[in-house]
Amino acid sequence: MARRAQPIAAWGAAAFVAALTLLPLAVVAWRAGGAFALGAGDLAAIRFTLLQAVLSALVSVGLAIPLARALARRRFPGRRLLITLLGAPFIVPVIVAVLGLLAIYGRSGLLSLGAGALGFGWPGIYGITGVVLAHVFFNLPLATRLILHGWLEIPAERFRLAASLGLDPRDIFRELEWPMLRAVVPGAAMLIFLICTTSFAVALTLGGGPRATTVELAIYQAFLFEFDLGRAAVLATIQFAITGAAAALALALARQAVLGAGLDRPVTRWDAARPALRVQDSTVIVLGALFLILPLGAIVLRGLPNLIGLPESVYLAAARSCFVAVLSAALTILAALALAHGARRARGFEAVGYLGIAASPLVIGTGLFLLLFPLADPARLALPVTIAVNAALSLPFALRALAPALAEVEARHGRLADALALTGWARWRWMILPRLRRPIGFAAGIAAAFSLGDLGVIALFADAENATLPLQIYRLMAAYRMEDAAGAALLLLALALAAFWLCDRGGRADAAV
Amino acid sequence: MKHPLIAAGLLVATPAVADLPVLTVYTYDSFVAEWGPGPAVEAAFEETCGCDLQFVAAGDGAALLARVRLEGARSDADIVLGLDTNLLAAAAETGLFAPHGAEVPALDLPVAWEDETFLPYDWGYFAFVHDTTALETPPASLAALAESDVSILIQDPRSSTPGLGLLLWVEAAYGDRAGEIWQGLSDNIVTVTKGWSEAYGLFLEGEADMVLSYTTSPAYHLIAEEDPTKAAAAFDEGHYLQIEVAAKLAASDQSELADQFLAFMLTDGFQGVIPTTNWMYPAVTPESGLPEGFETLITPETALLFPADEAAARRDAALASWLGALSQ
Repeated sequence: MARRAQPIAAWGAAAFVAALTLLPLAVVAWRAGGAFALGAGDLAAIRFTLLQAVLSALVSVGLAIPLARALARRRFPGRRLLITLLGAPFIVPVIVAVLGLLAIYGRSGLLSLGAGALGFGWPGIYGITGVVLAHVFFNLPLATRLILHGWLEIPAERFRLAASLGLDPRDIFRELEWPMLRAVVPGAAMLIFLICTTSFAVALTLGGGPRATTVELAIYQAFLFEFDLGRAAVLATIQFAITGAAAALALALARQAVLGAGLDRPVTRWDAARPALRVQDSTVIVLGALFLILPLGAIVLRGLPNLIGLPESVYLAAARSCFVAVLSAALTILAALALAHGARRARGFEAVGYLGIAASPLVIGTGLFLLLFPLADPARLALPVTIAVNAALSLPFALRALAPALAEVEARHGRLADALALTGWARWRWMILPRLRRPIGFAAGIAAAFSLGDLGVIALFADAENATLPLQIYRLMAAYRMEDAAGAALLLLALALAAFWLCDRGGRADAAV
Repeated sequence: MKHPLIAAGLLVATPAVADLPVLTVYTYDSFVAEWGPGPAVEAAFEETCGCDLQFVAAGDGAALLARVRLEGARSDADIVLGLDTNLLAAAAETGLFAPHGAEVPALDLPVAWEDETFLPYDWGYFAFVHDTTALETPPASLAALAESDVSILIQDPRSSTPGLGLLLWVEAAYGDRAGEIWQGLSDNIVTVTKGWSEAYGLFLEGEADMVLSYTTSPAYHLIAEEDPTKAAAAFDEGHYLQIEVAAKLAASDQSELADQFLAFMLTDGFQGVIPTTNWMYPAVTPESGLPEGFETLITPETALLFPADEAAARRDAALASWLGALSQ
């Protein structure tokens, strides 16, 4: 029975994603009607978009591998806190994170002061360096978490066996870690590539000028300043095509690593006790933590004096954002489980899940608006639409965490479950869900935090009463109230971390043993 | 899945006040914020109109026009408030707006205003703002700025109205030589941001010496923060104007109420809150005058402004030369 029921759930989830991504694009294209040819500026935008996305993905993953390895091999006080903090950069609104980064790397930032004190000049980070730096700041944590999951999924028995065979770290890397990396890294790199292809505000703010024009900016311009829906639709289609190609490539590269079954015992790494490895891992962890925590610290310091006494509407917006986050995280997990399960029979389901990340938020918003406007007052639908769209947009992250984990569970325990005729709900209850606790917690945390921090499509739908917290932060900034905005940003950061920690806690319960 | 969503929608929907006619005004985000002009304007108008004034926020000025275009004649909006002069030609072209037909009182604008559809409610000059403690003698013209090594933050004309304003400012001051000025400015530009907030935020963080904003920006710091260190630099070429306007939609079902609102818009109840909420000059100076602190602001000698159709006609070529100069 289960075998038949789950594809229906997967089809349902796929339809949900398509309705929120492809359908709006089709509606915008249909409304636009006429044909459109790309200009030289658009081609330059496509080139820059690809270049910065590839660089951001490679650097993020390249740095994440040693960091995840160090975190997997070491136990130290504050490790859990650090892993929670790793979720933070991903969810703060772009402008807040950029201001945090500039407090460190900017022209009046910490490094600039340090360089000045030593008699050097500090060139600042504007240009492709700044764009990649910011993207790595946003995505290194995500890459680290995804790869760390991979490490923690290697059964403890393998390391025990490796230790008893006297394998050295190089052998362990070749025999245990490399196959895992082959399976996990292409997916993580693809995800980051996709996130960066739709980057807009980061690329523009830190890019230093129109050289750093991305496709998303071109869409924005076509829609808002030229009201050229045809061009916006064509550009959005190109963005989809780039994403589709990247997703296909990564799925082709990723080999499912079957590492054999284990008994879910805690991992002990006998191989990691060597002093040289200790030093190496400690250095990597300290550097990684500084890279991520210093800008966050700047956000906290700026916000702290203004946290009390924010305008009332900020707290109301915060409550609304929490409501949106809880519902959209639940929706994300349901859809991700359905798609991950469907993907075991047809990988296309997993690919559909990534559509959300490729979609231009502006085009989604416009398309949904055109669809819904004839039916109902858009302002009334603001929150439901935000919940649904945030769920579709955070689905790729959830899927990235859940799909490999689910495949692994089925590969390890599926035969036994089949032999026991464990199907339907019972299979989920006894076999799958207990072993997916960690990725489900992580995915729910990411989805909730992402939903809290996302401006998404609400701008077209929002009215005075329905603003979410990120939108309220932008409104404060637009009214010169940068101090209040800093306080509200800290509130958002705290809420997102709390959401992430709460969801993740359930998932990490077994990691603490 | 569907039902909780609909329930959530109903849960948060605001109940309309019973039996009162509703006047729906579309405007930009910062107008309706708790700290913006919206709440005071709403209270003042509802005292006399016997109606329920509802603001709907739709992003920034450009998003506002896009939204009205998407909705077309079926829009619920009776009034659109917050278009700026650079969007007027596009707005007029849609044919969605109706003449205001009002007796316009004497306006305190630096230029004559004769448009029969769009009524101004506030205005300001674009200007480069600096911190007087960090930059004692700012450049005195666009040309001097281009030659200097003063660093600046500007907004992208493809995504922001101040960015577009600067594009037309250089165009109005230099015409055919605009490309040269942009080439001169290109090494002064630290970065180009998506919107005003990002640029101004970066400026306050000390990322550049000057930022493209308004001559009225220092008034915020002086009045709200008691910080007298911010100033706008007066430029010899003159300063480009931004005038913000409102208009009635032809398809409004509350036409009389809309006329009443447009008339109210130019009285003290509306104009009096503009200087310290929108931080712009009111279109009609209130009886009590401007708030204390506004007298410290610079007053440009020359106001630059293209007529709406000319601004629209020049925009594409100006944008191309801007892109050319800054992409090298």
